[in-house]
Amino acid sequence: MDLAQDVQLEMFRAMLLSRRLDERAWVLHRQGKIAFHISGIGHEAAQVGAVFAIRRGYDWVSPYYRDLAILLAVGMTPAEFVMGMMGKRGDPTSGGRQMPSHWSLKRANVISHSAPVATQSPHATGIGLAIKLRGDDRVVLTTVGEGATSQGEWYEAVNFAAVLQVPVVFVVQNNMYAISETPDMQMAIKSVAEKACGLGVPGISVDGTDVFAVYRACQEAVDRARQGGGPSLIEARTYRMTPHSSDDDDRTYRSREEVEEHKKSDPVLVAKRQLEERAILTEKAYAEMDAQIKAEVEEAVRQAEQAPYPEAEEALHPVYAEEIRLAEASHA
Amino acid sequence: MPEMTLIEAIRQGMDEELERDKDVFIIGEDVGKRGGVFRATMGLFEKYGPQRVIDSPLAELGIVGTGIGAALYGMRPICEIQFADFIYPAFNQIVNEAAKMCYRSNGDWTVPMTIRAPYGGGIGGGLYHSQSVEASFTHIPGLKVVVPSNPRDAKGLLKSAVRDPNPVLYFEPKKGYRLIKGEVPEGEYTVPIGPAQVSRPGKDLSVFAYGMMHYYTLQAAEKVAAEGIDAEVVDLRTLYPVDRETILASVRKTGKALIVHEDNLTGGYGAEVAATIAEWGFQDLDAPVRRLAAPDVPGVPFSHPMQDWFMPNPDKIAAAIRDLASF
Ligand SMILES: Cc1ncc(C[n+]2csc(CCOP(=O)(O)OP(=O)(O)O)c2C)c(N)n1
Ligand SMILES: [Mg+2]
Repeated sequence: MDLAQDVQLEMFRAMLLSRRLDERAWVLHRQGKIAFHISGIGHEAAQVGAVFAIRRGYDWVSPYYRDLAILLAVGMTPAEFVMGMMGKRGDPTSGGRQMPSHWSLKRANVISHSAPVATQSPHATGIGLAIKLRGDDRVVLTTVGEGATSQGEWYEAVNFAAVLQVPVVFVVQNNMYAISETPDMQMAIKSVAEKACGLGVPGISVDGTDVFAVYRACQEAVDRARQGGGPSLIEARTYRMTPHSSDDDDRTYRSREEVEEHKKSDPVLVAKRQLEERAILTEKAYAEMDAQIKAEVEEAVRQAEQAPYPEAEEALHPVYAEEIRLAEASHA
Repeated sequence: MPEMTLIEAIRQGMDEELERDKDVFIIGEDVGKRGGVFRATMGLFEKYGPQRVIDSPLAELGIVGTGIGAALYGMRPICEIQFADFIYPAFNQIVNEAAKMCYRSNGDWTVPMTIRAPYGGGIGGGLYHSQSVEASFTHIPGLKVVVPSNPRDAKGLLKSAVRDPNPVLYFEPKKGYRLIKGEVPEGEYTVPIGPAQVSRPGKDLSVFAYGMMHYYTLQAAEKVAAEGIDAEVVDLRTLYPVDRETILASVRKTGKALIVHEDNLTGGYGAEVAATIAEWGFQDLDAPVRRLAAPDVPGVPFSHPMQDWFMPNPDKIAAAIRDLASF
């Protein structure tokens, strides 16, 4: 592994923070403190591997709703996340306008996305085009689920990116489900990566439970993009370890045995084993890290619970850019 | 002041904006070497090159979605939709993305983007090269919708659209591209997005129109003037946000209102103007509000007799004016 030990540890910590925060969100939901949660559990390796391959805060990100680990890794604080969950004014994605996990983090170049799947893919292409027109050396990381690759929006985005040769890395987090539908109901091919050849971009499929495998694949794609080599498609194969969302009951379409089986390749455990084998992490150091993260998560929940809701009238603005200052003034 | 056609004014507006601001670029189908199927971008590819005037794949949501992304990065894209009829593949990107971006991000992200699209019938284009699509967008907060009716406004509004920090839909009356001529001021000027304009003051009744129908309405107003009817004509120009003040001020003056558009009647833009007058101008009315619009059929038929039946024209408008004036 060519990655420095402290970077490997940092990646692991990013995965664990995302996991603990995500677990806490499920608890908040059961406690009736939040109305909705859509989880990234099982996706941490795919997300951390991808986001560590870009220059965080410098490169641009066009994410999708499961990307909690990506958002944390580019600097969203746990308290900000929980404020979003609770619809508090301090929600950095939308000031409480959007449902939870519909990301945006302007200060880290993470654009705002919506709920209709794959709508953010063409935006990544457009950002890539702007980067190319301006002669900048940034790249764009964009993500979707495998179900979303059935959308015309996704195909048009990748095709435009390929034709215009813009610096975009399209990462598909294939978690084997789109709510209840399995990949064979989405596509007549075995792997999402096969779609790449019809679009004229390099496409590879990696084990999305191995954070370092995802990192290597994304690093190569990011380097190529930054050097003017155009877009790439990366499929990270993983498993959605939770129901689709807090409104879903996955017992209606998949067996408990299947879910249990996949827990053996839980990406957090896989990474922990890798670091232990490489003598980078001890059980003791892990326990310390975990305790520290859990305390951080509790503090975030405490802060978010105390944070104010928006005033009802804030819903009036800002419909147009001219109103942005109005909206800010009403906060003050 | 030099006289030019509508399409020349639009082209000059784009040319000057490309010249003024390096962040402005054009993207669309056949906009490069071909200069657009209507020649709106003629000569711009040669002048600014393939980086600024970009021939895109044949996919409208890709054009608009890519434009949105570029705008988020700070560019000022002008997206050309070849015919307004083909804007619907991009509907999701316009309505769910461009329109909602500022609001949903609480002002963190804005989409300074212009979408140009030729609209309207009377050119033998049949169902799919003739549509007036404005009403599908004048219901959407977050968008601005503009329809110029003359070369001066066309150039000035185009420049305002490019400089606007919001997504602006700019619908061009394609039948008027070469038919409508007019004087265009020399040098730099813009026409603000927002205000409607009284284009012909009158005292007997108010006629509200935009785009091609405004051009026809001015002709109709001249016809009835010879018969002693003094019609005030209001060019709405910006359909969204609505300029309620200008509409209501005109009705206050004349007491009668007719709205003309070539989009079909039901749920058309005229309904919003009529509702505005009913809600805030009721006491000023001396007659029911009238609408002259295309019939409620799915599109403009191709064959000439049917197309002519569909389209409002100066004679039909004059008849509607006479009818209302005599109420
Ligand atoms: C255009 C659109 N249709 C339907 C939905 C409802 N929906 C939300 S997520 C989802 C499944 C998405 O599956 P996938 O793309 O594989 O991502 P995953 O949730 O598995 O990460 C569906 C059908 C939606 N959000 N957008
Ligand atoms: Mg999926």
